[in-house]
Formats: sequence, C-alpha cells, structure tokens
Amino acid sequence: METLITILAGVLVTVAVYLLLSRSIIRIILGSAVLSHAVHLLLMVMGGLKTGSAPLLGENASSYTDALPQALILTAIVISFAVTAFLLVLAYRTYQETGTDDLQELRGFIDE
Amino acid sequence: MKSNDVILQTVTKVVVFIILTFGVELFLSGHNNPGGGFIGGLVLSSALVLLYLVNDIETVHKGIPFDFKIVAAFGVLLAVGTGVGAVLFGVEFLSQTFVHVNLPIFGETELATVLLFETGVALTVVGTVVTIILSISEDV
Amino acid sequence: MFTIAFAIFIPFIAAVLIPFIYKRSPRRIGWFVLVIPIILFIGLVRLIPRVANGETMLNTISWMPSAGVDFTTYLDGLSLIFALLITGVGSLVILYSIYYLSEREALGHFYVYLLLFMGAMLGVVFSDNMIVLYVFWELTSISSFLLIAFWYHRKKSRYGAQKSLLITVSGGLAMLVGFIMLHQMTGSFSVRENIAGITDFIGHDLFIPAMILVLLGAFTKSAQFPFHIWLPDAMEAPTPVSAYLHSATMVKAGIYLVARFTPVFGMDSTWFYVVSSVGIFTLFWGSFNAVRQNDLKALLAYSTISQLGLVMSLFGIGSAALHSGYNEHVVLYSQATFAALFHLINHSTFKGALFMVVGIVDHNVGTRDIRRLGGLMSLMPVTFSIALIGSFSMAGLPPFNGFLSKEMFFEAMLLLRDMEFLSMGAWGTIFPVIAWVASIFTFVYSMIIVFQTFFGEHQPDRLDREAHEASLGMLIAPAILAVFVVAIFFFPNVIGQYLIRPAMAAVYPSFADVDALTPHIQAWHGPNTALWMTVGVVIVGLLLYKYLKYWRSMYSIGPFRWNLDSVYNGTLNLLGRGSTLLTNTYMTGYLRDYLVYIFGFFTLVVGGSLFFVGGASFDMTNDAPITINEYILVFVMMAAGILMVFAKSRVTTILLNGVLGYAIALFFVFFRAPDLALTQIVVETVTTALFLLSFHFLPDFKREKTARPSKIINGLIAVSVGVVVTVIALSVQGNQLFESVSTYFEDAYELAGGQNIVNAILGDFRAFDTMLEVVVLFIAGIGVYTLIKLKAQKGGRDVEK
Repeated sequence: METLITILAGVLVTVAVYLLLSRSIIRIILGSAVLSHAVHLLLMVMGGLKTGSAPLLGENASSYTDALPQALILTAIVISFAVTAFLLVLAYRTYQETGTDDLQELRGFIDE
Repeated sequence: MKSNDVILQTVTKVVVFIILTFGVELFLSGHNNPGGGFIGGLVLSSALVLLYLVNDIETVHKGIPFDFKIVAAFGVLLAVGTGVGAVLFGVEFLSQTFVHVNLPIFGETELATVLLFETGVALTVVGTVVTIILSISEDV
Repeated sequence: MFTIAFAIFIPFIAAVLIPFIYKRSPRRIGWFVLVIPIILFIGLVRLIPRVANGETMLNTISWMPSAGVDFTTYLDGLSLIFALLITGVGSLVILYSIYYLSEREALGHFYVYLLLFMGAMLGVVFSDNMIVLYVFWELTSISSFLLIAFWYHRKKSRYGAQKSLLITVSGGLAMLVGFIMLHQMTGSFSVRENIAGITDFIGHDLFIPAMILVLLGAFTKSAQFPFHIWLPDAMEAPTPVSAYLHSATMVKAGIYLVARFTPVFGMDSTWFYVVSSVGIFTLFWGSFNAVRQNDLKALLAYSTISQLGLVMSLFGIGSAALHSGYNEHVVLYSQATFAALFHLINHSTFKGALFMVVGIVDHNVGTRDIRRLGGLMSLMPVTFSIALIGSFSMAGLPPFNGFLSKEMFFEAMLLLRDMEFLSMGAWGTIFPVIAWVASIFTFVYSMIIVFQTFFGEHQPDRLDREAHEASLGMLIAPAILAVFVVAIFFFPNVIGQYLIRPAMAAVYPSFADVDALTPHIQAWHGPNTALWMTVGVVIVGLLLYKYLKYWRSMYSIGPFRWNLDSVYNGTLNLLGRGSTLLTNTYMTGYLRDYLVYIFGFFTLVVGGSLFFVGGASFDMTNDAPITINEYILVFVMMAAGILMVFAKSRVTTILLNGVLGYAIALFFVFFRAPDLALTQIVVETVTTALFLLSFHFLPDFKREKTARPSKIINGLIAVSVGVVVTVIALSVQGNQLFESVSTYFEDAYELAGGQNIVNAILGDFRAFDTMLEVVVLFIAGIGVYTLIKLKAQKGGRDVEK
C-alpha cells in the first residue's frame, strides 16, 4: 500500500512540475494545487498506513494511526487553500492590469 | 446578480440552519471527536457563502452586519492573545490548560483554554474565507 | 543606582516614543528630546568623582552566553570622557537644532535619528563585549546615513549618505573580522579579558591581521587618509548633525577604538608605525586641502579630518610607552596619549562652536561661500566673537584651550627625534616637520574662517538674505562651548585630574602609578622648542595668509587636482555595471527559468547524492495490504493527474483537480483520518468554487505556444523530479533511523485533556504552528482584499479611495 501511494505521489509530483513549468498562470496555480495534494499524500505515507484505528482515544483501540502527520496535513491543507486563493486573485488582477496571462509576456524589462 | 430561484431560496433557509448547527457541533466536539476549529470554521463559512450565493450581498449584510475582515482580525487576536495570556500566568507561550468541573445541567464538563484558542482559529477561518469570496464576487 | 546599561537604552526608548509625542505637539518636540541628554549628562557628571578615584563599573546582562556574547557595560575613565562628550555636546546640539530647523521640517524623523545615534554611540563607548560594540558601531553608521540623507530630495545628500555608509560599514565589517580573529586567539570577546590575555599571542599569525582589520574600522570611521573622502560629502547633513556626528562624536568613535585597543595591540611596533604615520599624513592632507575650500562647511570638514589625524598620531606615539618596561620612557611617551585625550576634548569644544557659527551664518545669510561673505563683524557681533574664539583656539593661539594641546602635540612629536628603541632614524625628524607644516596650514584656514567671513567688504547684493544677528536661542549653545574654550585654558588641570587621569589608567592598565602619567598642564612652560615652533607657525602663517591669492592657484595644477573621489566613483560605477551584467545573464524575468534552476538543482544535488552515496534502498515487507477499492482509486487519481496535462479546456482541468481532491479525501477515510477527510472535502469545494469564480475574469486556455524542444525539456525535468521524489520517499520508508515520537501524543488525554489526538496536537502540543498558520491565513485574506479593493484607476497611478 505504502509503495503504491508513494508512486502515485511521484506521478502527481511529475504532473505538478510539468504544469508549473508552463506559461499560463492558471496552469501554474493548478500545478501548485496538485503539488500540495502530492505532498499531503507523501506526509500521510511517512507515518505508515493503516497501523491502527483513527487517532481518537475514545475508540479505546489497542493502537492508533500516527496522528502527527495528520496534524501537519491539516495545517498544510488550510495553508495551501490560502495560497491558492491569493494566487488566483493575483492572477486575475494581473490579467486585468496587463491584459495577458502569459508569463513569457509578463517578464520585466531589462532596463527600467 | 439578482437571482429569483424560489426553490433554491426556500431550501437554503432550512439547509443553512442545518449546516450552521453542524458547524457548531463540529467545532465543539473537536476536543474528543473529529472536528475542531478549522473544520468548524470552514463549515460555518460554507453556510455563509451559501447564504450569499442565494440572496444578494446587501440582503445578507442586513441580517449579518459583520465586517468579516474584522472577524478574521479578531480571531487572530484571540489566538495570539491566548498565547500571551499564558505568559501572563507565568507559563510558556501558548501553554494550554484544562479543568473538569461539574456543572448543574451539563454534568461533568471539561473547560479548556484550548477552546478559546480554537475559537480564534474558527473565527479567522470564517472571516478569511468569507472575505475572499465576497471580495471576488463584489469585483464583478 | 545609575546603571550604565540603562543609559544606553534611554535614548532608544525615547526614540520609540517620539512619534507619539510628535503627533501631539510637533512644535515643542525638541524640548522633550533635550531633556534626555541633559539627564544623562547630569547622571554621568555625578559619576566623575567615583571614576576619578579609580573606580570602574561593570555590569553584565546575559545575552548569548553560548557564543560568548554578553551585554556587558563597562565604565572607566576613557568611556566616561566620550560619554560626557556625547551627552554634553548632544544637549547643546539639540538646543541649537530647536532654533536651527524650521518647524516645517520632518522634525519627528530628525529627533528619532538623533536619539538613535545617541544611544548607539553610548553603546559603542560603554560596551565591553566586542560583538555588542560592533552592533552599536554599525548602528551609528546607519543613523549617520539617515541624518545625512535627511534632506533626501537633494541628490548630493543621497550621494553623501551612500558614500559614508559604504565606507564606514565596510570598515566596520573589517573590524568585525578583526574581532573574530582576536576571539580565535584569546577565546574571549571581552575587551578587558583580551587586554589581560593578549600578551601570550603577540607573535601569533593572526595578531597583525587582526590589528590591521581593527584599524581599518577605526580609520574609516574617523575619516583617516585615504578613507577621509566621505566626510566632506557628509556635510550635506543639517548643520547641527555636522556639529554633532561629524565633528564631535561619531568620527571620534575611531579614535575611541584606537585608544581602547592600544593596550591590546600597542605592544607591537606595527601599531605604532601604522597609527602614527596614517595620523600624521591625515593631519597634513586635511589641513592642506582645507585651505583650498570655498565652502565654509567643507573647510571645516577638512579641518576635522586633519584634527582627527592629529589625535590619531598622538595615540600612535603614546603606544610607544608600552614597548619598554616601567621607566622614564613610559612617562615620557604616555604624554602623547595625555595630549591626545586633552586635544580630543578641546577639539569638540572649539569645532562644535565653529560648526554652529557656520550654521548661523548659513541660516541668516543664505550662503556659506566665503567668496560671497565678508564684513559681517558689525552685523553679527556675538557670532563673530564666538567664531574668533573657536578659530584662534583651532589655530593654537593663547588664551584658548587649543594652544595648550597644540603645545603638547609639538612636544610629543619632538620626542620622536630621540626614540632609540624603535630605530626611527631620519623618520624621527620628519614627523615634527610635517606636524609643523600642517600647523601652518591649520593657522591659515583658521584665519580664513574669521577674516574672510567677518572682515573685508560686506556684499549685501550677493547674499540671499539680509544679514542680522542670530536669535538668542541659537547663540546659547555655541556661546557655552566658547566659554569652555576659554575656561579650559585657564583651568586645564581640572580636566586633567578628573577626566584624563582615569582615562590614562584605562589606556595603560599595566602601570600602577597613574599619577606619574598625569602631568600638570601649564600655559607657560618657558621658551622651549615647542613654543618656538608655535611662534614660527604664527609668523609663516600670517605671511602665507597675506599672500594667499598668489599661491592658492597651485591647487589647480597637476598632481593636486587628482583626488580620491574619482577613484571611489569609478569603482562604484564599475561594480554597478559589473553586477548588472552578471545578473542579467541569469535573471531572465521568466518564472519558468527560475523554476528550472530550482528543480534542476534539486534533481542534480539531491538525486545525485542519493545515487553516489547509495542511499536508495527499498523495503516493502511492512506494507499494508491493498484492497480493490484502493486500486481503483489510485488508478482514477493517476488518470486524472495525467489528463490534467493534456486537457484542452480549463473547466475540465478544474474538474480533474476536484477529482484529485475528493479522491484524496476518500483516501483519508481509508487511512483512518476523519478530521482530514472532513477538512479536505470542504476545502476542495471552496477551492473549486474559487477557481470557477476567478475564471469569470480570466481568459480561456490558449494553446501553449511553447516550442516542442522546450516542452520536451519540461517533460524531462518533470519526470526526473517525480522519480527523485519517489525514490527518496521509498527509501525513507524502508529505513527508519529513529524511534517515532508519535507515541508521546497518544497520552493526549492526560496531557491536554482531549481525546482527539490530532486536535490536541493542533491546539496544544504544536499550538505555535497553528497560531502562525492562522496568521498566514489572515494575511492571505487581507492580501486578496487589498488586491481587489485598492486598485488604481485604469491608467492612473494613484490608488482609488
């Protein structure tokens, strides 16, 4: 299971990197979103999968799944949401001001 | 964007209350069961977003006259404030504490400072999400 | 109890309060500020008797004990002299500035910078720890930069500020390296411990480099040749600043450093040679160049350079006392140090007064060009008197304090003739000759200040404003300084006994008998060589001044026209162009290129090291079993991911991203993470809604115009990054090096009172993360809000209200 999920994360990283390298801002934002999905999966895998019951002490189970990666992922999810929202607005405001969403065209001038 | 969808509006009136209740339930149960500040805040804000979606901004603003930027700022203040509060009690920054008390109606209840912290988190989430969505919608 | 650390912090605390006070009463802000140096001055004056009795005060506040850096303040005779100058002249300068600066200026900023400087400067002289000293040292450079650039709309102010900052800060960095070298040798950052422990390291490889580097710091700060070029340009600052920083205090920080480190480095003759020859040459070069200036402030700047050189050379000679044991020589050569300290005080009094006089002239007449000035004596009698006192003192005439210290300077220089043990040879004679020639030039420019400004023909049509006497408030400060100039002449031994004697003990800690090092200063000491030298200076100086216009043209010929400014400007230009050229080669402004650097680096370094170290090893025996649902889900996610790359429409891409998100939520369910699953579902929904909302404003996908080779490169990079990440992750799983910390959190109920471990971690164990996360979220929200709400009108520059 761990190996399979790791390979899945690797595939998602590949997709994310490819998207990040493209010219359109939306693809780049999507790339960062996919990258965070991949990282969440990786974090999850690092703690080991299905090693016990859900980390709720009320379950009175003999062993619990590692709770630390879960806490980290929870933080990461919210942060990546914030970043995505900010990037989206940045992208469309850029488009409104400059009339392009192509980063090749958005590059600065050599001499300002 | 003036929509006139009667079915949606009627359903929303009921659904929003269900979502809001669910959000509060999630927020409060976070200590022992799945839930907590983040998820509670997110659910609450999705209820608010639904309200804004169905009615227009002015109408909702009459019912909920909050500036959500301030709600978010207050949340951050609360979250940081509990940390500072811990320092005032001579323990390390952000140390949380809890007591078990016996309240008349609720029975054995746990009171924890973490609840204040989580409230801060939830308010920030609600404030921020609604601010973002509203800002974008008003820009149209 | 008046603790010294407190004295350093008071100005800083006051600086923080200034903006609030300034808001309430912008007109009277100067008076509030004035209180601070006065209080400090009184506090320090009350310490004089104790320090004069040989007492020193040491106070340590622990800061970074592991690095040997503690906030140690140390008060002895040497630091007391400087501290008194800083607070005393500071009080007068602030009083003067209240009348000098118009109320329309940004007074709040001015006084914040000034207090910042005062605190930093007190920090420099009171710090025993070299790292703390360095911090304050650079802080004085920064506050000086801010003050020079106070009228930042003027190009020359900005140029001067930048120049002073570049030169003094690079010197400061050299000094820091020197300090670290000292620490390497003696193992301590404390100046006192270094003084005690350095004797074992005099032959050490690092000794001379450390000395030269520390001296670089001192020379740049004290405007010694060839680093003096920043000081004339620093005169763009408001005149109170010039009087305070660039003549009385900050430029003397270098002098302080030399004095403070004389017991550390002075045992080696290199110190003597470098300090005294740089000092004597600066003395000559400064006075020589002062004569050619037409701007009174520039003249004073060069004169300050020259006088600093004088003090510096005296400290150099004074270090000779450390070369032999306790005998006649010691007492003899230590007189140079005594003269240096004495002249240091005198210089602050007369130069401060002169700067303020020039400021008054500039303020009232509108120019400080000596070609346009003249005949102001009858119009500004009080100003004239102060200028006369200041200039004659600078020229070394009685009955002013400059005469006393100038005589002592000559005597010290003459000592070099018979300094056998350093085998000076002919050089021993050259020193007094240079000193004498420089003094003639000093005399000439002192006369220029008085006679060309206040005598001669008054030219009202060439002045911007009608000349009149300055207001009383403006005259108080220079008048007080002028009184000191005269008073010190008549009662020099008060200063000598109470201020300089304890300072001598600080410079020569190894000599027990301080009283032997403290001579009795006398105005009349018989017709000795030094007196004849002074007489010669006056006669030749008067002749030269009389025929000034005949020989002044020599400054425009050949080698004299050459100056170091062009070297500085050329270097700066070259550096600027060079770095632009270099930066433009790789900073393309195209995001993809930067990402390629990052990913390329990641793949090569991380992947490469993994390959060469052989760290990639897999162990899949502990894997959990896989159910059929999970296979399907993995397949769906992979398909969705790969399709995203090829999707033609943006809505499709968003939906595919949504599929990924919800699939992960399902995985969270499978992996026993209910909190995550809930959060993921809500966040994914809101994110998708956000994407769709933003699409309202964004254009549809266009076909990527990227050329095919470039696409292939992108693909290769993407695949290699993916492979490296996968390999690393698999290796990590196969090799657990440490015990997991997670079991600790399973006691959540006992430790945090919660049964949900994830939330206990978020709210309690790692609440700091969560708090900062909330802050980040809030910042993002505010960022979005400002991006949308505060935008400029189309084509306009201003933000729409």
